[in-house]
Amino acid sequence: MAKDIITKIKEANLLGRGGAGFPTWMKWEAVKKQEGQGKKIYVIANGSEGEPEIFKDEYILKNHPQEFIEGIKIALETFANSEAIIYLNHKYFDKYKKNLEKFSEGFPISYFRKTAGYLAGEETGLLNHIEGQRVEPRPKPPYPAEAGLYNLPTLVNNIETYYRIYEIKNDLYAGKAFFSIEGDVKNKGTFEFPENYPIKKILEETGNWPAFDFFVQYGGGAAGTIYLPEELDEPKKGATSIIVFNRQKTDALKLMQRWAEFYSKENCDKCTPCRESSIRILEMTKKNKLDFDKLEKMFFVLEKTSFCPLGKGMAIPYRTLIEKVLKK
Amino acid sequence: MNSFKIHINDKEIDANEGERILDIARREKIHIPSLCHHSDLEPHESCRLCMVEVEGDKNLRASCALLAKPGMKIYTDTPTTQKALKINLALLFSQHEDNCEHCGRVEKCKLHEYAEKYAACGNIHIDRKKKLPKFQFGPSIFLDQSKCINCQNCSDMCSKQTKGGFITLKQAGETFEMFPSEEKNIDCIYCGQCIMHCPVGALSEIESYSEVKKLLKDKTKKVVFQFAPSVRTSLGEEFGMPLGTNVTDKIFAALKKVGAYKIFDTSFAADVTIIEEAAELLEKIAKGDNTTMISSCCPAWVKYAEFYEPELLKYLTTVRSPQIILGGLIKTYWVEKENLDLRDIVSVSIMPCTAKKFEIEREELFVDGKRPIDYVLTVRELAKLLKELNVDLNKIEPDESDKDILANPSGAGEIFGAGGGVLEAALRTVYQKLTGQELENLEFKPLHEFKRTKMAEVTIGGKTLKVVAVSGMENAKKILEEIKADPTKYAYVEIMACPGGCIGGGGQPIPIDDEIRKARAAGLYSTDEKRKVRTSHGNPGIDILYAEFLNDKKNKHKICHTTYEKRKKGEIKKI
Repeated sequence: MAKDIITKIKEANLLGRGGAGFPTWMKWEAVKKQEGQGKKIYVIANGSEGEPEIFKDEYILKNHPQEFIEGIKIALETFANSEAIIYLNHKYFDKYKKNLEKFSEGFPISYFRKTAGYLAGEETGLLNHIEGQRVEPRPKPPYPAEAGLYNLPTLVNNIETYYRIYEIKNDLYAGKAFFSIEGDVKNKGTFEFPENYPIKKILEETGNWPAFDFFVQYGGGAAGTIYLPEELDEPKKGATSIIVFNRQKTDALKLMQRWAEFYSKENCDKCTPCRESSIRILEMTKKNKLDFDKLEKMFFVLEKTSFCPLGKGMAIPYRTLIEKVLKK
Repeated sequence: MNSFKIHINDKEIDANEGERILDIARREKIHIPSLCHHSDLEPHESCRLCMVEVEGDKNLRASCALLAKPGMKIYTDTPTTQKALKINLALLFSQHEDNCEHCGRVEKCKLHEYAEKYAACGNIHIDRKKKLPKFQFGPSIFLDQSKCINCQNCSDMCSKQTKGGFITLKQAGETFEMFPSEEKNIDCIYCGQCIMHCPVGALSEIESYSEVKKLLKDKTKKVVFQFAPSVRTSLGEEFGMPLGTNVTDKIFAALKKVGAYKIFDTSFAADVTIIEEAAELLEKIAKGDNTTMISSCCPAWVKYAEFYEPELLKYLTTVRSPQIILGGLIKTYWVEKENLDLRDIVSVSIMPCTAKKFEIEREELFVDGKRPIDYVLTVRELAKLLKELNVDLNKIEPDESDKDILANPSGAGEIFGAGGGVLEAALRTVYQKLTGQELENLEFKPLHEFKRTKMAEVTIGGKTLKVVAVSGMENAKKILEEIKADPTKYAYVEIMACPGGCIGGGGQPIPIDDEIRKARAAGLYSTDEKRKVRTSHGNPGIDILYAEFLNDKKNKHKICHTTYEKRKKGEIKKI
């Protein structure tokens, strides 16, 4: 049975739905290898959804709690001596825990209320938070699959990933993903489309393709990339969040400042490029004065030398906004 | 261990499994800059200065954490690494208060060194930390947030040295800064290991050397000095001498030159400590009390015990530390002997330690209502004082003349400065008292399951005493757990809060690592080996002192013994 589900996940080519797009079967197989050493295995559902303007996991918690919990139960069956923790941001915890418990009762599934910031959504930051350590990403290796929570083998998957695993197990999976749509649109909400669907088609089919000049941020309200309307014909990688900005009505500098406020508050301050750049970019946006040479230098060290994906990805929204919107 | 070849900058190098690239590069004398790397700590990967290119990898990798793999090709000096280094350095420099000319750490500051070396000096952004607060922990430690570069070495070290970590990162608005803990059950033990592991000058001792400098010029005062055992093999480093050089006679000469009235050697008082501790241990054995006796000459350990483990205080020897014993002797025995006016005397000690600044403020150690010591200077402060008064230790001629008995230690007193030294010195005397024979060679076995811990078994008259010496609170905590589980497991336990003992103390020259600790300790042991008198009980000065003064019970009690109590959290001052 165990081999079955991992093979099925592999055949379904399911990629993690947290945004990084790592092949799910590889995580499962790495954890499976740790079995039989008498060690407890932790199965964690990451429901931190800390990126601004993303709410597709909440959609699942609200509309598909049973299927999501079934996905977790599949993991519990797959790994001997395992125990599950559902890690939810405080809003989701307060809102949905009670209902979820209806389905998880009788199983070794507990709930953890996320009170820490954005970085506690990064899988090793999350582990630190549960352990009561300072929330910052851990060096890898070791990967959580080998030494995760309390140094024990740990599987960390996004909420939607478990939902899709439920589908795969029951031969219902059709390669779809949930997309959240926000911003200057008529029909905000969460919609299900094939995972490789182009943004243009998604916006059109949800009645959200704007009649005005606009740009889109795809991949999250802070870390997402800026795209112009003519770039939306091809499928994109990253967190499935679409935010539409009315170009005339959007103050790009203010938008940058909002990101900078988010980053300088939410990053963990561990590594130099991320800690310092986030603060310096905020300083510049507050003063309404961008120094493109200094910015380019900071983008360089962010991308090349940051410790974790948060810092590595921080340059993308700024850079694409500057190139495509601000400098034009 | 698995060995294989890697390439660094196209040079073929042998590497072992589990080795990290930065360590390999340092061993091969290939320079890679780094601020947060320290061999005492797990790589924290925070400063991002040690980034290297790895063939086949588009991102730069932090060499401090990067494990070597067979066939790996590493490049340390490429246009990309150089560009990243300069930008990150400039970012770091901009968060660090630009006040180098007034900073006591500038000579040893790695940030300053790199900023000059890579011409990345100067702020590319405004100094964002300028207005951040400064803190004082007790009378010992000074934390200046405006100089902190967030590397977390201090907090990593502090969590090893305390329970829970006294120095911690806390969010203050948009950034995290280092703060002293506000938790009621977490306190500083004043060990100063945070200072030793700070790559810049954000942490330092609370200095007293300017006051001492002034007093040296005051004609109405007689400034007398004592210096701790470990100072003799570390002070030379501040003057560029080879590691482990013994500068005892130069210390006498240098202090005389700056105006010292008299100079004593704390190692002599270490001999007194040994005589008293041995007597206490012998009495315990005679009474059939099998519980352990724990050393108490390390003030950071005593603070730890009083704050974190008060239930263990009953096992601490009542004997005072050598610094306090000598301070007491100076202000009673010696002053009377020399017929001096106590009001003229200023007693200064040179210590490898920041917790010693706290120890002199303990009222239970006062002698006839007075502090035994007026000022404690760290080794670093002494070096500054000498340099400011234009005394170069390299140039000064050693001075062996005019040594009081209080300045003539045995070898046993001198090895106090190295981890395990107190234990060894004590056993030399206990053994002799119990058997009438001298202990030839004490063989320590490392306790492999614990770091920086060594154990010995001494059989005396059919009875085997198990003794252990441990340094670094992280390691000592494990021994403390053993004692709690079985208080009779060890007959005697030496605990030194700093890794390696006083030679690695928080008041010692910076930098510190195991190579340096080893060299300083070796310096002490080679002095001991050359000494004619290698036992405390064999020191003729000890006989004189006891005959003239300490055989009197009242004198002995007020000079040599103390009590301990559960202690509340110490003062934290925000400036």
